[in-house]
Amino acid sequence: MCENIYKPYLMVIDQIVDETADVKTFRLKFKNQEDADKFSFKAGQFGEYSIFGEGESTFCIASAPTRKEYIECTFRKAGRVTNALANAEVGDTVGFRGPYGNTFPIEQWEGKNLLYIAGGIALPPMRCVIWNTIDLREKYKDITIVYGARSVADLVYKHELKEWEERPDIKLITTVDPGGQTPDWKGEIGFVPTVLEKAGLTSANTIAILCGPPVMIKFTMPVLKNLGFEDKDIFTTLENRMKCGFGKCGRCNVGKLFVCKDGPVFTYEEMKVLPAEY
Amino acid sequence: METIKKLIRKQSLEKLYATLSASRKVYAPVVAADKRVEYKYNPAYAEVTFEHIQSTLSVKNVVFPKVENLMYYTNNKVDSTITDIDLTKIPEVVLWGSHPCDNSAYDVLKSIFCWDIKDEFFAKRLEKLVVIGLACHQSDAYCFCTSVGLTPNSTKGSDILLSKTKSGDYIAEILTEKGNAIVTASPDLFENANNEEAVIAEVKQTFNHEQVTEKLKTAFEHPFWVANSLRCIGCGACAYVCPTCACFDIQDEAKGKEGRRYRSWDSCGFGLFTLHTSGHNPREVQSQRWRQRIMHKFSYMPDRNESLGCVGCGRCSRGCPVDMNISEQLQGLQNI
Repeated sequence: MCENIYKPYLMVIDQIVDETADVKTFRLKFKNQEDADKFSFKAGQFGEYSIFGEGESTFCIASAPTRKEYIECTFRKAGRVTNALANAEVGDTVGFRGPYGNTFPIEQWEGKNLLYIAGGIALPPMRCVIWNTIDLREKYKDITIVYGARSVADLVYKHELKEWEERPDIKLITTVDPGGQTPDWKGEIGFVPTVLEKAGLTSANTIAILCGPPVMIKFTMPVLKNLGFEDKDIFTTLENRMKCGFGKCGRCNVGKLFVCKDGPVFTYEEMKVLPAEY
Repeated sequence: METIKKLIRKQSLEKLYATLSASRKVYAPVVAADKRVEYKYNPAYAEVTFEHIQSTLSVKNVVFPKVENLMYYTNNKVDSTITDIDLTKIPEVVLWGSHPCDNSAYDVLKSIFCWDIKDEFFAKRLEKLVVIGLACHQSDAYCFCTSVGLTPNSTKGSDILLSKTKSGDYIAEILTEKGNAIVTASPDLFENANNEEAVIAEVKQTFNHEQVTEKLKTAFEHPFWVANSLRCIGCGACAYVCPTCACFDIQDEAKGKEGRRYRSWDSCGFGLFTLHTSGHNPREVQSQRWRQRIMHKFSYMPDRNESLGCVGCGRCSRGCPVDMNISEQLQGLQNI
């Protein structure tokens, strides 16, 4: 029998975490041990998650490849598939195809400082590479994470933010938009670009990894350029609507590239020559 | 293999059709009640036309069906199961009387479906396809195969190419082993060719595709796109009739616990094609979507797939409800 490249693995929902009112994280385990044994992925890759009868949806793998027993995904309840996923319970079976796409070149970053900048629901696509580099902590110099959300209630991975905050080898800066704070909020108040500007960071021997809504990217980029970052040292993970995940269905096409095959990870240098169709 | 030229008499053609359709699926063009030409499986020979300029739809559905099931499943929440599609059951299909433009499209489709990991749904169908092409002895004002590097009697993609002679018989160019197998199975029907002359349509070249590709490298922001797409209603007809358009959607459909996942033709002309869940749309207006269609076929594909995404069949222009003519537009583009 020929290989059906559209056939997903059967996965069991092992754990569900309610991150915010409409964002959940699923921990998924392979139903068949054989699938689990042959599966591997790298930081930055994504997959197609499905509820049978509703369809497929694209999210990055949010867990680190250094943690081998499961994969995790974080999604916001927004459309038909994500609403159906959100209604699923621990023990239910879902589909997963992947991993697809390119990866963050973390080997090339060894010996450098890493600056992660994320806004809102864009922390999940970066969580994988963040944990991957934290799990290989001795290979990297300073690790700084700047994370902003509209309000305290919109911050995802609250339990992990606490863990990162408590670790002496990670610098975490969290911020919420003005008006989004609670009385006991101890983080920054302000938009990500402003907070980044005030953080006293440098571009020396540093890689910046950036992911967030278009408006955040637009205003953060000049800040990074002012800090002296070169385009080749700024990484992001793009998102375009996708269906197949392997460069055939045509949906994520940007110029001659496919976000699903040539991305989702791009440097700013690579992005600059693309038409702005993302 | 080296091309072999034979002659098949008009009356022998009917016998060949009978032999082929007795044992397998033959997909052949017929004139429908509304005068449009469409392909049907195993129509009666009397219905089969040899005089069509172009069928309304291309014949790509023999390798890329409009709707194709990718799997079946049962959703039992905890014990959901998948039933795979048995691709070994894909039958052999003889495509009969398709024109060189359509037959040239299989290489283009292959460069999309098999450029990286192989799409077996497509590959298996292509493997099981035998193409008995028919060179064009007539054309219309919409045809522009000669502008995209092809001719009315290009042999590309055909296993056998038939060309009509003045006397109404057909020269058969046997181009592949698959084609040769058909000929050797019916040796009595084929004679040796004796320099008979084929009647080949004239198709005027209207633009130079290399110049168009070159021009597109710097034309992304040109006002041309808005000016030339104002009347586009985004209906997607151009993509649905196109022999090389391969963009598709994947959807689920279930009744109770039982369901299927399928793919279906889609079009970059639709606003929903690229719409993100957040509401952001990378191509939010029709001119951007029209530009994508032209860029993809004449710039991105030559660059990435080393193949033009157009075979000059002219169907998109014939089928466009607001008379956007791609060949005219490309002539214009060449001169911006």
